[in-house]
Amino acid sequence: MKKWQNYFGLGVALLAILGITLWPTITGNAYNREVAFNILRVIALASSLNILLGYTGYVSFGHIVFYGFGGYVGFFFITAVGWSLWPAMLAGGISAGLLAYLLGKAVLRLRGAYFALATIGVNEAMRAFINNFEPFGGPVGMTMNFSVYQDYGGPLEALSMAFYVMAGITALVIITSYLVRSSKFGLGLLAIREDEDAAEVMGVIAPNAKTWAYVLSAIFPGIIGVLFFFKQGNVEPQPAFLLHTSIEWLVMVMLGGQGTVLGPMLGAFGYQQMRGYLLTNDFFKNIQLSVSGGLLLVVVLFVPAGVIGWIRQRFPRLRRILQ
Amino acid sequence: MDISFELIFVSLIDGLLLGFVYGIAAMGMTLIWGVMDVINLSHGPIIALGMFGVYLAFNSFGWNPYLIIVIVALAGLLLGMLIYGIAVHRVINAPHLSTLLATFSINLIIIGIGTAAFSTAPRNVDFTLGNFSIGPITLLWTRVIAALLAILATGSLYFFLYKTRPGRYVRAVANNRKAAELVGVPSTKILALSFGLGTMLAAFAGGLISTFFPFTILSGGAYELKSFVIGVLGGLGNPVGALVGGLILGMLEGVIPAFMPTTWVPVIEFVLFVIILLVRPSGIFGAKE
Repeated sequence: MKKWQNYFGLGVALLAILGITLWPTITGNAYNREVAFNILRVIALASSLNILLGYTGYVSFGHIVFYGFGGYVGFFFITAVGWSLWPAMLAGGISAGLLAYLLGKAVLRLRGAYFALATIGVNEAMRAFINNFEPFGGPVGMTMNFSVYQDYGGPLEALSMAFYVMAGITALVIITSYLVRSSKFGLGLLAIREDEDAAEVMGVIAPNAKTWAYVLSAIFPGIIGVLFFFKQGNVEPQPAFLLHTSIEWLVMVMLGGQGTVLGPMLGAFGYQQMRGYLLTNDFFKNIQLSVSGGLLLVVVLFVPAGVIGWIRQRFPRLRRILQ
Repeated sequence: MDISFELIFVSLIDGLLLGFVYGIAAMGMTLIWGVMDVINLSHGPIIALGMFGVYLAFNSFGWNPYLIIVIVALAGLLLGMLIYGIAVHRVINAPHLSTLLATFSINLIIIGIGTAAFSTAPRNVDFTLGNFSIGPITLLWTRVIAALLAILATGSLYFFLYKTRPGRYVRAVANNRKAAELVGVPSTKILALSFGLGTMLAAFAGGLISTFFPFTILSGGAYELKSFVIGVLGGLGNPVGALVGGLILGMLEGVIPAFMPTTWVPVIEFVLFVIILLVRPSGIFGAKE
């Protein structure tokens, strides 16, 4: 077997990221950059979720808790302690990972729908808590002083920098996702997804493997949260822990194909594009949610493996490329 | 803070009355879970549809709200059976993610259409029956009647489940679908009926809530989350547990604000929810397996 072929799937994914990153750079259009930023952001978030959902088979409905929590911690360090963005992003990622580690020890014992419900509960509890937590600004959240951007050469430069940082993080998530999938650790996760009890019999230490998958899938949302709220300049409990957004990530993973590297990317890209189109279309903008819902229903009922999963089933020859 | 026992007692009674209605909403969710292992994420929007059904019929025809609630509940039954046929039946044996997402897509569809039709502006049903006092306690009639109707609905559900043939079928399918099919129970029809009963209870609860609280098309979400909490408190799949869970939640909501700011109520609710899921997923009353 030729070695380079094994990396072909990863190459395709990274080229796609590069393309999305270069598009606004070449057109030099600030609006395009915003669009590209959001696409990269949801690709990274959906791919992170996929490490738990797609590989391990645990449905985390409230995954946004890590995005919000990590984002809040990082934002707090930037505004209240005066850290620069880099250590704050690190702090956001670490705190989200730590939260996942502690939670994972407890909630990952639950299976199926009980786990899904528990993640909803955790997210709602966290949102309600942050809403009351005065150091984090309580219900009004925190706002960043614009002078913070001066350290990065002004607001415009900070925005531009945030975009390239986002692209870097997205590439990192994809590489991580790929490495996990092709590693022994990842094989263990896939075995847990298929049959947890059988996997344990075969020597997979399920509690540890699940916990680390949970931690890995939480770290990146934490980092991205910090970057996003830094770019926004403010953070509020309501949007930071919106259950609805969390479920949208699930939809993206499902659309593209759970358990593959390319699937969540394609799903996130497609979903984001479709939403943008519907929101700007005169006819659809009012019933945008209904159209998304209808589409989701069709995918769940008729193409449960998602687009990439469906292609992989139909055309086995393409499996090596479409990882 | 000066805590008077009278105040706590009054809020306790108020919370309990509300708890009956929460219990009904949760009973719908837990019934569906108990019969077919599906967590219905379209529960909230259906509660909201129940509210809007009462609002629209009350404003256009001026009928008595309690009459409308009965009609709304029947419409909820039919809607539920329709949802089952369209969205749930195909994935009933698939992994949980499929049914969660299928019912969530129904949630999106209802919310999308509802937002376009009614916007998200708050509404209320302009209906009052006044209040009455027993000693130091003053209660709203609408809440008392809602609680009584909730008890009546629970009684009827139990009568249906234990004393009628379709009800026995529902219990048989909940117990063991394969075995029920083998002895000739039409399982598809019974599953559709059970789903319909669950949504009927949701619409009924929504209708009751609309007689004393203002609401928007998005309000159902909060009651859906409460239903999860209550369902887990009482043991998922256990209808009486749901009613008791509803009473506990109503009591907490009544009493906690006497000791700390109201905004802490959801923190306590959801922390309790996660803890109960972890230490006793069968609920604090330990529903039988």
